Amino acid sequence: MNLTAAAAGLLLVLLSAGLLLGLSLLKRKSKASFRDIPAFTRLQKAIGTAVEDGTRLHFSLGRSDLVTPRSAASFATLGMLRRIAEVTSASDRPPVATSGDAALAILTQDTLQAAYQAAGAGQQYRPTTGRLTGLTPFAYAAGALSVIRDENVSANILAGGFGVEVALLTDAAERENAFALAAADDLAAQAVLYASAQEPLIGEELYAAGAYVQAGPTHTASLHVQDILRWLIVLVMLGGAAMKLVGVL
Amino acid sequence: MRRLFAPAIAIAIGLVVLLGYFLPDYTTIAELRIQIVHWAVILAGVAVLVGVFNLFFVHIEKIRKKQKGSVYSLLLIAALFATFILGLALGPDHSIMRSLFDAVILPVETSLMAILAVTLVYASMRLTRRRSDLMAIIFIITALIILLGTAPLPLFEIPMVGDIIHAWIVNVPAAAGARGILLGVALGTLMTGLRILFGADRPYGGK
Repeated sequence: MNLTAAAAGLLLVLLSAGLLLGLSLLKRKSKASFRDIPAFTRLQKAIGTAVEDGTRLHFSLGRSDLVTPRSAASFATLGMLRRIAEVTSASDRPPVATSGDAALAILTQDTLQAAYQAAGAGQQYRPTTGRLTGLTPFAYAAGALSVIRDENVSANILAGGFGVEVALLTDAAERENAFALAAADDLAAQAVLYASAQEPLIGEELYAAGAYVQAGPTHTASLHVQDILRWLIVLVMLGGAAMKLVGVL
Repeated sequence: MRRLFAPAIAIAIGLVVLLGYFLPDYTTIAELRIQIVHWAVILAGVAVLVGVFNLFFVHIEKIRKKQKGSVYSLLLIAALFATFILGLALGPDHSIMRSLFDAVILPVETSLMAILAVTLVYASMRLTRRRSDLMAIIFIITALIILLGTAPLPLFEIPMVGDIIHAWIVNVPAAAGARGILLGVALGTLMTGLRILFGADRPYGGK
């Protein structure tokens, strides 16, 4: 990495960190208002229905390797898993989380255990609710398919590092008449989800999930920071285009 | 004690890796970053073993409770043991191990790929029923144009579609949209990383 790119990257990280810290402290007590994303509204209803009916929630976190940047999508879903597992800890059937990466499967177990302990229901935690279903894309999908079909699942949250194989999961959810909220970090998977999922999340909506399920003030603050940074990028792009137009660049 | 140590170690290592990324390769922090990433790769390898045990126990429980599909669980465990023992005895490069891959895993994954193609056609047919808005119509028309522009047609090429319309869609609206989505994903990735670095999100457990 050359010096200019490194300096610009470091500056962006420091600016984002400063904004995140500042906004987390400033907006700690104020009530956040977000634009309406119907998928999250329906997710809340589906969670309520699952708890009342005694059916199961299924989280699918994808198969992103934890040592690559793609893991961020799965980390964002872990935040949502933690919050929803806490809320549904009183349910008869605990949520099941499947993943296609071994290290991610360990993190899902840890997250579920922490959620149950935080809700004061630590004894209800079962290690087999955080599962590794396969290590290749289709092996993972095939393993997750059996969870959707056989384990009385009424709501599926498929969010993380997926490829096009995610369509097999959304199709299975539809055949079981189960709710499916789906999001991926990969462009091809997002296109597939737009066509096949009941409630697809496009682009950065996946990373907003924590704020929409009230996972904490930092999640809300990070949404505000993303908005500020987006405007900055728009201004830089417009400025660059204008400079190019007048011949400065 | 774990509640204090786990976040402290995670945050310290996260900071070293982040700083090491921006510093030149010969600095101590950058060298440390490379070392830590190597450790992470080794740990990920060990995690596979833990994951296989997890898979084993999930299916043992399924068999024990005689749940739906427990026959397949039995088959999976038998195949797991057979492959594991054969792999230990013969090594992964042995012809039997290779033919196991070529004769079982490859055809199964190829079949799933074929099912996926059918699933996607079916999903696009259902799209207008699920979402009958302008965006759904644009999505289907665009997909059709790209298909017609890319697929080798047997008798003739449709005029303008392959060379002009297809190229314009791919290079202008699709490229612009993709870049916009990728910028959003990059910002989301950055904020997710920072939340973990600050200890606000703790995917490694703890309250």
